[in-house]
Amino acid sequence: MNKYVSAPVRKRDAMALVTGQPVYTSDLLPAHCLTVKLLRSPHASALIKNIRTDSAKRVPGIACILTWEDVPNVRFTQAGQTYPEPSPYDRLILDRRIRCEGDPVAIVAGETPQAVDTALRLIKVEYEVLEPLLDFTKALDNPILVHPEEDFKALCDVGADNRRNLCCCGVNEEGDVESKLAECDIIIDQTYHTLSNSQAMMETFRTFTQLDAFGRLQVTSSTQVPFHVRRILSNALQIPKSRIRVIKPRIGGGFGAKQSAVSEVFPAIVTLKTGRPAAIEYTRAESMTNGSPRHEMQIHIRLGADKEGNIKAIDLHTLSNAGAYGEHGPTTVGLSGHKSIPLYGKAEAFRFSWDVVYTNTMSGGAYRGYGATQGIFALETAVNELAAKLNMDPCVLRSKNMVKEGQVMPAYYGEMLNSCTLDKCMEKAKAMIDWDNKYPAKQLENGHIRSVGVAMAMQGSAISNVDIGSAEIRLTDEGYYIMLIGATDMGTGCDTILGQIAADCLDCDLERITVQGVDTDQSPYDCGSYASSTTYLTGMAVIKTCEQIREKIVAQGASMLNCSVEEVEFDGKCVRSLLDQKEVTLQEIGYASFSGSYSVISACVSHTSPVSPPPFMVGIAEIDLDPDTGKVEIVDYAAAVDCGTVINTNLARVQTEGGLVQGIGMTLTENIQYSPKGNLWNNSFMQYKIPTRLDAGKLRVEFESSYEPTGPFGAKSIGELVINTPAPAITNAIYNATGLQFRSLPITSEQIAMGLLTKNKE
Amino acid sequence: MQIELTLNGRPCKAEVTPDTRLLEFVRQQGCASVKCGCETSNCGLCTVWLDEKPVLSCSVLAVRANGHKVTTLEGLQAQAAEFGAFLADEGAEQCGYCSPGFIMNVLAMEKELKQPTEEEIQQYLAGNLCRCSGYQGQLRAIHRYLNRKQEENHE
Repeated sequence: MNKYVSAPVRKRDAMALVTGQPVYTSDLLPAHCLTVKLLRSPHASALIKNIRTDSAKRVPGIACILTWEDVPNVRFTQAGQTYPEPSPYDRLILDRRIRCEGDPVAIVAGETPQAVDTALRLIKVEYEVLEPLLDFTKALDNPILVHPEEDFKALCDVGADNRRNLCCCGVNEEGDVESKLAECDIIIDQTYHTLSNSQAMMETFRTFTQLDAFGRLQVTSSTQVPFHVRRILSNALQIPKSRIRVIKPRIGGGFGAKQSAVSEVFPAIVTLKTGRPAAIEYTRAESMTNGSPRHEMQIHIRLGADKEGNIKAIDLHTLSNAGAYGEHGPTTVGLSGHKSIPLYGKAEAFRFSWDVVYTNTMSGGAYRGYGATQGIFALETAVNELAAKLNMDPCVLRSKNMVKEGQVMPAYYGEMLNSCTLDKCMEKAKAMIDWDNKYPAKQLENGHIRSVGVAMAMQGSAISNVDIGSAEIRLTDEGYYIMLIGATDMGTGCDTILGQIAADCLDCDLERITVQGVDTDQSPYDCGSYASSTTYLTGMAVIKTCEQIREKIVAQGASMLNCSVEEVEFDGKCVRSLLDQKEVTLQEIGYASFSGSYSVISACVSHTSPVSPPPFMVGIAEIDLDPDTGKVEIVDYAAAVDCGTVINTNLARVQTEGGLVQGIGMTLTENIQYSPKGNLWNNSFMQYKIPTRLDAGKLRVEFESSYEPTGPFGAKSIGELVINTPAPAITNAIYNATGLQFRSLPITSEQIAMGLLTKNKE
Repeated sequence: MQIELTLNGRPCKAEVTPDTRLLEFVRQQGCASVKCGCETSNCGLCTVWLDEKPVLSCSVLAVRANGHKVTTLEGLQAQAAEFGAFLADEGAEQCGYCSPGFIMNVLAMEKELKQPTEEEIQQYLAGNLCRCSGYQGQLRAIHRYLNRKQEENHE
C-alpha cells in the first residue's frame, strides 16, 4: 500500500518559500560581489566598427570592461542539451557582428550598480548599421545572411547551412501521402501562425560566480540544467569542465527558459578575469528581449478525410523562426509534427517536413510544450475546421479518429502506445462542461455569446535513449536517508515527488529522507529537468536505487543477525530474523556500517528509457464573447488529463492549472510586435500581458489515469502537456461563437471586433 | 541623506541616496523576502506595507519611508506561516517567488475587507502576478484560510 504516492503531499520546501526565506540565487550573494551588467545593441543587425572604453574604465569602482576582443574566439551553443547538441555552435560570448536587438556588446563589472550604470553610459560604440532580416518567411536563401561566419559549426547532421540562413531542415514520412490525399473527399489546406512567447517566470535569469578554495570556478545559477551549464561554460570559456562546479539553489520558475545558459557566461568570465565574485541579474526587459522564448512557427497543414469523417492523411510542414541563434531550433521543430500527428491513429499516411531559419529577431529556446504547443494548435484547429466542413460535432470527429492504447504510432518514432485513456478523457471533459447541451453556442440576453470549443493534446515523457536520470541514496548513522539527485526542482516539486517515491519504496516516513540537489560536484549525473523527464525518468532511477539500497540494508542486517539474506525481512524500520524474530533497527545498521565496515550503505543507479510514453489530455473551453468589443472571457475550462498514475495529486493539479493559464495568455493576450527596425515593443509586463487572476477564469481538472508499464508506479509526465489545449480549444470556441476562423495567435479583442464588423458588412 | 523609520517593529536609521528605492533599501536591510519581478509596477512581487497599507516597494523611494512604519514578510513570520500553510497544502506556492508579495497583500486584504466575496478577493489581488499556479490553488487556499477564521469566530 502506498502511503505517499498518489497523495496530496505538501512540498518539502513550501514553508521556507511562503515565509520568504533567503533561498534564491540573489539572496545568497557572497560579500563584495561585483555587479555585472551588459551593454546591449540598440540595432537588430550591425557590425561593431569601434568601441572606446577608456572613459568608462576610469569610473571609480569599475573592475573590468570586456569587449569582443577579450573573449575566446570559439563558437558554442547556450542550449542545455545532451552532447553532441543538435543546436549549432553559432555564438560567441561577445561578437563583433550584432544579430538581434540587445545582442551583448560589452560586459561591465563594478563595485556598485551605480558605477556600472555610469560606465555603461560612457562606452562609445561605432556601429555599421546593416539592414536586418526580420521576416522569417523570407529568410531561406535571402541575400542577407545572419550567420555569414566561416566557423559556424553543427555537431549533428540536422541539415544546417548558414549560407542559406538554415538552422535545420528535414522530412519524415510514412505511406504515400499524396495519393492518400488524392483519394480524400475533403481536404483542409491551411496555414497557421504562432508567436514567440516569453516564459515570463517571475525570477528573471541570474547567476553569481566565484573562485573556490582550489581556484575552481563555482557557479550558482537559476538553471534547469546544471550539468549542461558546466559543459556550456567549458566550451564558452575554453577551460576544462573539471575546473567548473555548478550549484542550483531554489529557482523562481523556469518553464524551459532556464534550459538555456542565458546569463551564466557573463559573470563567469568576469570572475576568471578578475578573480572576484561576480553577479548578474537580468532585468525583466532583458529577459524579454534576450531570453530564450518559444519559437515562432508557421505551420502549413493539408488534412484529408472521407465524407464520414475518417482522417486518411496528414501533411504538415513547419517553418520555425530560430531568430538570431539556433538554441533548441532543430529539436523544438520536431515536436510540432511528432507530437501532434500521432493524436490521429487512423491516418494511413503522413508527411512531416520542416525548415528552421535564422533571422535578426530574438533567439528562441525551450518553452513548455517545446514545439508540440505550436503543432497542436495548428493540427487541432485544422481538425476543428474539418468538423465544421463536415457539419460534424468536433468531439465526435475526434472520438472517431483518436489514437488508442495498443496502437503503433508511425509518426511517433514507431513507438507502441502502452497506456492511453484519451477516449475516457474526451467523455470526461464533455460531461464536465455539459458539451452536448452547450455545443456550439448560445446568445445571452445581454447580447454576449456563450460558446464551447475543444482540443486534444499529447506530449512525451523524456527524450528516449538520450535523457538520463540518476539518484544516489545513503543511509546515515541515524537510520535516515540522504538522497542526492541531479534533477532540478524549479518550483515543480520534484524534490518532494522523488522523495515520495523513495519513501514508499523504502517503507519509511517522508521525513526520514532528505532530498538534496543540485551540485555538479556532488549530485549524480542527471541531464536536468526538461522534456517532461523528471518524474518519469529520475523517478525510475529512484525506484532502482531503492531496490539496491534495500538489498544492502538486508545484507548488513542479516550479517548482524547471523542469518542469510533469505532468512530475514526488512519492513523499513528493522531487519528481522524469520527464524527467531530477533531484529536490528535501521539506526543500528547505520551505526554498524560506519564502524569497521568495508562499505558504508549507499546506492546510486541511473536510468534511461528506450520509449517516451505520451501523456494525453482533452481541454474544453467555455467562453463569454462580447460581440461589441470582441472581449473573450474564460467562463469555464474543463481539463481531463491522462498522465498515468498521479504521483502528487496537488502538484499535478496545480501544474495543469498553471499550464492552462499560460496557454490562455498565449491565445488571447501575449503579443510580440517588432518595430520596422527590429526592436521589440513588448519588452515589459506593461506591453506583454500575461494573465492576471481576473483573466484566468474558472478551471476544472480531472484525472483519467492510465497505467504506464515503463514509468514509476505507472506514471507518465504532466509538466508540458497541459499548455497545449487552450490555444486550439479557445480558437474553436471563438469560431463557434462568431463564425470567424482565426489561424494566428494571439487572437485579440480588436481582431474579433473588427472581424465581426467586416463580416456583418458583407 | 539619512532616514529614520520603523522596519518590522524596530527603529532603523540608515544612509540612502535620493534615488534609492524602498525595494533595494529593505533588501539591503536583510529583508530578502522582498523580490523584484519587473521594472514597471506590474507584478506585485515587491509588495510591502507602508504604515499598514500595501505598496509596491519598487515604485516608492526609500526617503518616502522616512518617519514611517515599513513591514515586510520578515516582520510577519507567524501570519505568513499560518496563511502559507494553506497555500502549501494546495501545492499552490510552486516556485514561491511571488509568494511573499502575494501573502503581504492577502494579509492586508484580510485586515481591510470583512468577509469579501470571491470577486472582491480577485479584484484586490489582481496586481499580484503568478506564472506557475494559474491562480486557482491560491484562491482555494484563501477561501479555506478565511473560512477557517469565520468558523473560529462562530465558536
